[in-house]
Amino acid sequence: MTAAPGTSTMDSAVLASGLLVLDAVTIRFGGVIAISELDLRVQEGQIFGLIGPNGAGKTSCFNVITGVYRPTSGQVGFAGQAIVGLKPHSITQRGLARTFQNIRLFPEMSALENVMVGADAQHRTGIPGAILGFPRHRREQREGEALARELLEFVGVTRVNDEAARNLPYGSQRRLEIARALATQPKLLLLDEPAAGMNPAEKNDLARLIGDIRTRGVTVLLIEHDMGLVMAICDRIAVLDFGRKIAEGLPAEVRRSQEVIEAYLGRADADGQDDS
Amino acid sequence: MTAWSDTRARGRRLTRRWSKRWREAPGGVRILGALAFYLFLAIVIPSAPVARIMAPQSGWANVLSEEIGIYVLMAIGLNVVVGQAGMLDLGYVAFFAVGGYSMALLATRHHFGFWLILPLGIAIAALAGLALGAPTLRLRGDYLAIVTLGFGLIISQAAINFHFTGGAQGVSAIPHPPSIGHISWLTYGVINFKPYWYLVLAGIFLAVWVVRRLESSRVGRAWTAIREDEDAAELMGVPTYKFRLWAFAIGAAVGGAGGVLFAAQANHIDPTIFSYNVSILVLAAVVLGGSGNLAGVILGGFMVAWLPERFRGFDKYRVLVFGVALVVTMIFRPEGLLPSRRRRAELEDTDLAGGGLGEALLPAELEALDMEPES
Repeated sequence: MTAAPGTSTMDSAVLASGLLVLDAVTIRFGGVIAISELDLRVQEGQIFGLIGPNGAGKTSCFNVITGVYRPTSGQVGFAGQAIVGLKPHSITQRGLARTFQNIRLFPEMSALENVMVGADAQHRTGIPGAILGFPRHRREQREGEALARELLEFVGVTRVNDEAARNLPYGSQRRLEIARALATQPKLLLLDEPAAGMNPAEKNDLARLIGDIRTRGVTVLLIEHDMGLVMAICDRIAVLDFGRKIAEGLPAEVRRSQEVIEAYLGRADADGQDDS
Repeated sequence: MTAWSDTRARGRRLTRRWSKRWREAPGGVRILGALAFYLFLAIVIPSAPVARIMAPQSGWANVLSEEIGIYVLMAIGLNVVVGQAGMLDLGYVAFFAVGGYSMALLATRHHFGFWLILPLGIAIAALAGLALGAPTLRLRGDYLAIVTLGFGLIISQAAINFHFTGGAQGVSAIPHPPSIGHISWLTYGVINFKPYWYLVLAGIFLAVWVVRRLESSRVGRAWTAIREDEDAAELMGVPTYKFRLWAFAIGAAVGGAGGVLFAAQANHIDPTIFSYNVSILVLAAVVLGGSGNLAGVILGGFMVAWLPERFRGFDKYRVLVFGVALVVTMIFRPEGLLPSRRRRAELEDTDLAGGGLGEALLPAELEALDMEPES
């Protein structure tokens, strides 16, 4: 760790250069470099795509943004503040929420409760308030439940509010994860392969949902393998390979980049029909 | 077989309907209902006909207030830690001891009254919970279990070696709570144990109320989320460390209340009372009754305290019989006597995953071990 703990000093011009700013972020696990000198700027209102072959460091990138990993060097800024060293829950409370590559719902909690846990991220009730039923506790409980119901409706998981999350069909579980993340009232939503395992019809619905999320005023950073989906909905795309950013630009530009074709699309030749 | 499962399904439906009705009843009705239930338990349970069935060989009221009531209370407290927040605490006796010694020492050395010591003892136990939890709750699973195990083992040794706790002799002549209004059936003495039962029962009611309020709030949701997937909970904005610490402190506070109530009726305490067995018995109560389910752990607390008394007729074999009874119960109801819906599903989940994994991986693993030398 070259960055001493507590050194959250980041140049204010760099901080102001985007809603999410990664500045020369490197993560090393022993001898393995997961991410190398990564610079990334996500602007408010964008749908930003992060693509790359398996093992390119995309999920590591999400983990460093959400505070699961601490970068070996480099800085992360969000909404004008340096966030390296903050606990994940604190980063979430500041407006940065995520979903997981392999679904991680609370399996035995109901769909509604799962989303209410997300809504609680913005709640302040403590132990005495909950025991004695302070007005704030009752208001938060009411508002949290209303928000949760609204979000389940929004993502299209309906009539199963009281069902345990593990009993929901796969597609609904993915949507439920998105609802739970939205309930934390994020400025930026990180989606980690949301289309994995979905059929074409479900992917279309998902594309529409991501558009609606942006309309709600939430910026989206998306990891996805489905090229059709990425090219269709992203405003801007960055490509990672072996932890390095090898290209960034508009979808059309990235698609033409020779390096990208070699590193990524070239290997995807076999299922080239995805690339429509 | 079908008739039996029909009956069970009907019973479950009935319970669900009534618990729903209860939740939706106005506050006044619920207070009156709880009061009526309290009076019923206070009057009927210690009465002579019940005593003849439950404990023909010992003083039933005494067993109720000094053993059963205390174990039920502690099971409710430990359930917050183990059943709700999902942390394995093997040293719960520590907080029972803190409560017990608070009562004994503050009353005999400083002449504080019982009603002052009760909240003080609870607060001291909660602080002890925070002090023990703050450094250790960064650990998870097995590591946390080992640290709490160590603390539970140390506590009685510490009580022996410290001077101020009275060493191995302990503390004697602990005063009883003052009688309330000089009414004979509310006079706390050494002959009539019913007043202690009223007191401990009130403590149980209060603890149940507190825990139920927490369960249905943000706090309870956070605990469940932590138990089911701690990393996901943290990433969804749950301050996991803080809520684990709170669970630990609340469990400690209830254990401390148990200690104060115990010492107030025991007249004498010494380190042997706070042996490691207490931790294990309370944990057994939680698991046996149904970890995570309040009604279950109350039943569990009752069982572990009552069965040894009931088996007094077996003389020196009674602990053996008690052990066999525990083993048989866990064979036939591994998820507890009254499991929580959620906890049952979690256990089934683990069984399935473990079994499937073992079968699928074992041959392959063995092969890999044979074929590939360490590189």
